[in-house]
Amino acid sequence: MAETERVERPSLALAPDPGVARRSRDQSPAPSSLLGLSRDSGAIFRSTHSVSAMTLVLLVGCATASSGGGAPPPAEARPRVGDPLRLPTVAWSAEEQAVHVLNRLAYGPSPADLRALESMGAPAWIAWQLRPADIDDAAVEKRLADFPSLSMSSAELVARYPRAKKVAEARGISMEGKSPEAVRAELLRVVEPYQLPRQVGAELVAARLIRATESQRQLQEQLVDFWFNHFNVSADKGAVRWMVSPYEREAIRPHLFGSFRALLGAVAHHPAMLFYLDNWTSTREGFSLPKRGRLGLNENYARELLELHTLGVDGGYTQEDVREVARCFTGWGIRKPNEEGTFEFHPQAHDRGSKRVLGVEIPAGGGIEDGERVLDLLASHPSTARFIARKLAQKFVMDVPPPSLVDRVAQVFLRTGGDLTATYRALLESPEFWSDAARAAKVKTPLEFTVSAVRVLGGTTAGDVPLVQALTRMGQPLYRAQPPTGWPEAAQPWVNPGALVARIDFGLKLASGRLTGTEVPLPAAAGAPEEVVDRTAEAILHRPLGDGTRATVLAALGASEVMPDGERRPVDGAKLVGLLLGAPEFQNQ
Amino acid sequence: MSAFSRRRFLRSAGALAALGTVPGFLGRALAAAEGASGKTLVLLFLRGGADGLSIVPPVGDLAYRAARPTLALAPPGKDGGAIRLDDVFALHPALSPLLPLWSEGTLGIVHAAGLPGATRSHFDAQDFCESGTPGRKSTADGWLNRAVQRATGPDGAFRVVAVQPTLPRMLVGDAPAVAMSSLGQFRLPGGAAAGTAFDALYAQAVDTALRTTGMETFEALREAGSARLARLSPANGAEYGNAPIARRLQDVARLIRSGVGLQVAVTDMGGWDTHVGEGSEKGQLASRLAELGGALAALARDLGARWADTRVVVMTEFGRTARENGNRGTDHGTASVMLVLGGGVRGGRVVGGYRGLARSELFEERDLAIGTDVRSVLWEAVRGQLAVRDASTVFPGFSPGSPVLG
Repeated sequence: MAETERVERPSLALAPDPGVARRSRDQSPAPSSLLGLSRDSGAIFRSTHSVSAMTLVLLVGCATASSGGGAPPPAEARPRVGDPLRLPTVAWSAEEQAVHVLNRLAYGPSPADLRALESMGAPAWIAWQLRPADIDDAAVEKRLADFPSLSMSSAELVARYPRAKKVAEARGISMEGKSPEAVRAELLRVVEPYQLPRQVGAELVAARLIRATESQRQLQEQLVDFWFNHFNVSADKGAVRWMVSPYEREAIRPHLFGSFRALLGAVAHHPAMLFYLDNWTSTREGFSLPKRGRLGLNENYARELLELHTLGVDGGYTQEDVREVARCFTGWGIRKPNEEGTFEFHPQAHDRGSKRVLGVEIPAGGGIEDGERVLDLLASHPSTARFIARKLAQKFVMDVPPPSLVDRVAQVFLRTGGDLTATYRALLESPEFWSDAARAAKVKTPLEFTVSAVRVLGGTTAGDVPLVQALTRMGQPLYRAQPPTGWPEAAQPWVNPGALVARIDFGLKLASGRLTGTEVPLPAAAGAPEEVVDRTAEAILHRPLGDGTRATVLAALGASEVMPDGERRPVDGAKLVGLLLGAPEFQNQ
Repeated sequence: MSAFSRRRFLRSAGALAALGTVPGFLGRALAAAEGASGKTLVLLFLRGGADGLSIVPPVGDLAYRAARPTLALAPPGKDGGAIRLDDVFALHPALSPLLPLWSEGTLGIVHAAGLPGATRSHFDAQDFCESGTPGRKSTADGWLNRAVQRATGPDGAFRVVAVQPTLPRMLVGDAPAVAMSSLGQFRLPGGAAAGTAFDALYAQAVDTALRTTGMETFEALREAGSARLARLSPANGAEYGNAPIARRLQDVARLIRSGVGLQVAVTDMGGWDTHVGEGSEKGQLASRLAELGGALAALARDLGARWADTRVVVMTEFGRTARENGNRGTDHGTASVMLVLGGGVRGGRVVGGYRGLARSELFEERDLAIGTDVRSVLWEAVRGQLAVRDASTVFPGFSPGSPVLG
């Protein structure tokens, strides 16, 4: 626990950024056709690319009329929409840029996204991805309609997917003297597996995998990953299993491109977080309930709110602050967690005394607004800006981002009052994002690895059990990260022998069509082995193989062998693809 | 972090010396010469909150039978009775395979072990048992990983192995560790040919972490394949049976016996959450204990002389209520038992500060109170098997007291 000195209280009054306002006024009229725009911006981008000394300043308007995403929001509400993305000088080819952008902002290049990005140009594509509401994603949404649990409230989920024990009681099955396995076997004779609670998790995992693989809103999906992980809850903890699907839908997804304060508030109010970090049990000291006896303060949420959600461990708070924050959140509870699972404030459990948080007095007599006041303080705190900027830079740029980048992005976060889209923009316009040091500098997480393998081949997945099991073997059972820190962002924990065997095994199985529910077309394997290897490597790795690697792959394919009829042995396409997916080059992004 | 860099350094030094062709046993001989101990720590986690009061029933405690009218084990000597250990404690009859170890002094029992700041949530209690920082949720790594980071040891892929599908929280962290459902599944489809190709691909990897991990991985795969590790038969007439925990411990024995440098092994076993119909000398809990006892006894026998260099710690996240509930089961409680087996254990005794089941002695008037901090037992095992000196690096904020079983 950091017991460092408090940092100075931040100024809450934030001056509007004059630059932002000016750019909004200068914005050129939106073209009426997205396709027309794409061609234009792509042409600009390509033609200026050769003048590498020039800083590119591109005006990219994003049309909405023809993209099928509904009416655009009013300009005042989202002042930065359509602003030009100002990229630094980049000495990479259009393909190299596209591959880098898709590796970081998407789940790797798919053939279709690669074509779209190359024709639009990186600045236009990124601007497009920053406005997911304007991206037509009907095909994926139609597929997700197969998962009824995705749109249900916690109460509906509890009612539709009740605990096995409850089903047993309702059906008059006695559990006495039986092992859990025996009870389960008996239950499965009267109910279908898809009626049990695990189905809620299965559908959520499948939906995440389908979206990551096939959604047009790729940046949105990467940000779901990032922010869910930042505000992690685990489906393994009690009633969270019925809350986790609403949590992603209600607390995380709506706020990815809005203000950090709104996201933080949605999380703080959500029963999934209140349950996972025990705040629903936290009351003023001395409070007691007839059925539950004496209760008291539980600091778990308060501590992680400061350490993991906002300020960071070195963010300048004390143990006393943790306690005071916990007092502010007493009474933030859940109405019937195992039945209804909705937020409820319990005034009688709230500590109405005065508190002092980060040097700021919160007067006595307050109610739910005490917690809101804390969230205001934290969301606008410079330590929070740095902490969020660093984590974003770690995700999108490199494991150990340069402090200068973190500072710049943090300044934008502060200046814009925690506007997340503006913050992402600052990161994506940074020379660091476009630097050679950032290219292929990150090891893919298991989720990124598996999904990028399916995408690079233009495949499709139903998010079925074999893919989910493969992720588990690689160390990333989705929605089940136990600690509130979530999954690690840096490479180290993902690179170990067991996980590596699991990755190689996955690549070979995927390529040979043995991963039920996930299908990939294999690239054509006709022609001389050298040509096939080069062509396939280019399609999967997007760069030529090193001489040694090329020779290894050819040897493994038996390319030098001559068949009895004098012909050379034809390339085993599945084996070739399996080798390339398991190769070290494909583990990086 | 420093231990990790050390590993990288050793790895690349070895690779430079022999261009990646040094046989595994040579590398290990080098590691042994550097002072590696050859000792192994095996950690077995009983998930669900195992009922210490039935596993090692306090039959000499007058309050025991009163608290558990239907679940209490019959006293030693009676039909189906528990096995006498001392004046207070007895062993559940299903654990009779462990009796020879108790008699020879390589089984010690810590009764009333628990973590302070108890929580009765499985999730949180397991989390704290594995992070090693009770009350602090945001600890990202596990205590056993931190211990490995501070230990010297053989430098190979099989140094730290979890015989379970995913890496348990206690092994998460900077020190590399392998998780495998079983040795039989630790292989590549495509066999040796695929292994050779990937070996060559990773030897050329630009990314250092991938290259070194790759080298370890393929050496381990070769070793596992060439030694036919997965098919190594039990020695000394040990019989494991078919229970999942027995198969897992058999794999642990294979790794120890084949000398691949196993320093830490972790596995787990479920089915201990006995809210309903727990049973007494027979029943749900008894079946689990029979599997557990049989597997541990087989492990001890199979290891032969190596048993002296092995220490097995059996733990759970919490004990269960002193009194049985209305469903002939027990609910989530506080303190439970830990079994400590192997060489270096001064066993044949029950220790731990058991205070009894009289109402005045119970924690919150319902649970067996904690007499020994779980971390004291774990730390003793870490110090003995991994030769780590500073307890605070493994369990921050914890200072170990006097020896428990050492």
